[in-house]
Amino acid sequence: MTAIDQSATVAIDAEEVRRVRRERAERIGRWVLPLTIMALAIFAWDRICVWNEIPHYILPRPGVVLQALYNDAALLFSSLLVTLRITFLGLLLAVAGGVGLAVLFAQSKWVEMSFFPFAVVLQVTPIVAIFPLINIYVDNQTTKLLLCAWIVAFFPILSNTTLGLNSADRNLRDLFALNGATRWQELWLLRLPSAMPYFLGGLKIAGGLALIGAVVAEFVAGAAGQSSGLASRIIEAGYRLNAPRLFAALILISATGIVIFLVLSWVSHMMLRRWHESALKQER
Amino acid sequence: MLALQTSTERSATRAPLLSLRGVGKAFSNGVTALSGVDMTIRQGDFVSLLGPSGCGKSTALRIIAGLSTPTTGGLDWHGETIGQRDLGFVFQEPTLMPWASVFDNVWLPLRLRGVSRAQAAAEIGEMLERVHLTGFEKAVPRELSGGMKMRVSIARSLVTRPKLLLMDEPFAALDEITRFKLNDDILELWQDRKLTVVFVTHSVFESVFLSNRIIVMAARPGRVHGEFDVDAPYPRDERFRTSADYAALCRDASEALLGAINASHQAYRGRA
Repeated sequence: MTAIDQSATVAIDAEEVRRVRRERAERIGRWVLPLTIMALAIFAWDRICVWNEIPHYILPRPGVVLQALYNDAALLFSSLLVTLRITFLGLLLAVAGGVGLAVLFAQSKWVEMSFFPFAVVLQVTPIVAIFPLINIYVDNQTTKLLLCAWIVAFFPILSNTTLGLNSADRNLRDLFALNGATRWQELWLLRLPSAMPYFLGGLKIAGGLALIGAVVAEFVAGAAGQSSGLASRIIEAGYRLNAPRLFAALILISATGIVIFLVLSWVSHMMLRRWHESALKQER
Repeated sequence: MLALQTSTERSATRAPLLSLRGVGKAFSNGVTALSGVDMTIRQGDFVSLLGPSGCGKSTALRIIAGLSTPTTGGLDWHGETIGQRDLGFVFQEPTLMPWASVFDNVWLPLRLRGVSRAQAAAEIGEMLERVHLTGFEKAVPRELSGGMKMRVSIARSLVTRPKLLLMDEPFAALDEITRFKLNDDILELWQDRKLTVVFVTHSVFESVFLSNRIIVMAARPGRVHGEFDVDAPYPRDERFRTSADYAALCRDASEALLGAINASHQAYRGRA
């Protein structure tokens, strides 16, 4: 009988012990380190305000900002909702427009060659410079803001999805041709799934850009005194030297951006985790 | 035992399935991949196209599949109604859709023909059983080993019950143990399903073990250098692999391949 006793504890060498310890430390450090540094930074901010006797309309102490966030919650959160609405509608339109155009481009190299440069032009021209034109041609306030968020957010989706649609495996395309696949079948069963990782990468970038687009649009529109989103709260607070509220609004915008990024990263991970390299756990 | 330019009665009496007549292929970059290729594939043949890289054996396979059109010459199907849709193709890599399950990957050729998942289920189940993958229906390719992926690819190529199976160096990237096992499996499938197989390879040992006929090709330009029958009975198993007959056949085939390689070099030097 040469059966191996499975229950016996396997002897682990020193190198393996070190590796396990390092992995555990990294796992904890990933959360603890940034939180600690953040806490320290806030503490330093507070001390600097106290030690230098900086007036709160120049730089409010963290506690005062928190107080403002609490006191002005009703006002700030209703503004946040306005900004969020524009952001998500803008992102939705960017997805629809980006993917739609990419699919159109994928139908023919000629279409792509003809129209892709226009998308680039739209992308590289600063939105702040385009807005005055939009302001002239578009009456509806929401439409104006949406158009801005869309222009800023759609390009990464378009460019990534186009790349993805064109990177379907050559042999698989031959296989589809061999089996008499229609153009629609090839698009639906081969090219769109191939493009999925690229599209999701574009979506992660576009999510953040849609928020930036919405806020920038509000800023420019808000300067004309016709907006109610978070950006107009910031402008308003700036005029009134209400620094605590200004900081509170800023924190809300940052937090929103972080949440959008985390949610989209999670969505991307869930959709790719079974098959794509990017979502696989490292195996040694 | 193995003689160039001869053919045993066994394969000669079978009806021809497909002939290549003076097939040439030239690319716009000046490369002549094939020149004046004549060959006949008979029904029930297991033919290997054996040759050094650059001899155009894969191009010949693509032309047979209809994925590429010949510059000169043409194909004669001898009145058979075999079209593109009646042949299976196995690529060098498994070429599976990484996002789709094993079941869905095998379903693909039927799906493209409008066969629903439920209608196809029985055939897919049988096919997966034939390649020993029952129970892996829900797995995705990355969860499989290289050999298993190749099995899925073979199952996919045969799920439409084609008469002709084209294989382009399918086992080149696999380890030897896996390759031997898959060689056995493909012979079994060939006999059970009465397939005709055209098998592209650069391995002398593989071509001798598998085929009843070997077509040796030379390069620059790609052409048929010689053609002979492998005179050994089927079924071929592990005993055949270690027999003196097999060794002798491999030696003969190696010499033929060496001749083809020399011819390729001479052609190259002659041109330069």
